[in-house]
Amino acid sequence: MTITGNYYLVLASLIFSIGAVGLLVRRNVLVMFMCIELMLNAVNLTFVTFSNMLDDVSGQVLVFFTLVVAAAEVAVGLALIVAIFKRRETATADDLNLLEG
Amino acid sequence: MTVVLFFVFAALALGGALGVVLSRNPVYSALLLVVTLVSVAVFFLMQDAQLVAAVQIIVYASAIVVLFLFVIMLLGVDREETIIEPLRGQRVLAVVLGGILLAQLLFLGGRVWATGARCAEEACRPEAGAANVEAVARSMFTTYLWPFEITAALLAIAVVGGVVIAKRGGAVTGGEDEPPRPSQPGGQR
Repeated sequence: MTITGNYYLVLASLIFSIGAVGLLVRRNVLVMFMCIELMLNAVNLTFVTFSNMLDDVSGQVLVFFTLVVAAAEVAVGLALIVAIFKRRETATADDLNLLEG
Repeated sequence: MTVVLFFVFAALALGGALGVVLSRNPVYSALLLVVTLVSVAVFFLMQDAQLVAAVQIIVYASAIVVLFLFVIMLLGVDREETIIEPLRGQRVLAVVLGGILLAQLLFLGGRVWATGARCAEEACRPEAGAANVEAVARSMFTTYLWPFEITAALLAIAVVGGVVIAKRGGAVTGGEDEPPRPSQPGGQR
């Protein structure tokens, strides 16, 4: 028995689905953010798997760009969470029901 | 050997991912996220992507998770979440939708769906070991040079934006909420 690329793809789809369910179920904004990171990581795994399957190094380069976007997203997103928390004293998504600050 | 390694780390990755979703304390979620991220880095190593695995550990498992933990501690939101759901049936519906999503993804991922042509030239071929770094670098600094330069601008904009947003959030409300803020991280515990 050898581990083919399909095993990795199935595992990545499982991680992606867990992240998606977590994003829908959880209400703490920080945990929702972590679920987005899970989904991004699953996509990175598929990138590397396809890179391995197709013998093309571009998939690994694309993972870098995903990492950069994830890092930028976390920096801005956590700054937004801190700013919201300063104003509203909450980190629960349900309490943020107004568009105005 | 590879098979055992795969299934051990697959179990770790799935357990960590489930733990992120299921644990009620955000600190545990962040720490279980590290388990999943390190397991995914092992999968990168198993697929001869050494550079990406190293970057995954350095950027994700250290920098991003530390940032998460820092914000959790700063805000003092590490108390547990209530179980009451304001939207009726939200959990059940979310799990059902997640199941549908998983079925769709497995339908695509379970079969060989990599339809693209294999890279013909020798230049884009990934190699194992130290040559992998060289192959990635050659691709990144030739074919993907322009996107690579743009990521520099993206990171700079994100840093400036993060600083401005986090600073302005407290400044708009005026000075009266400034004194309690420094004592908050320590005072909550």
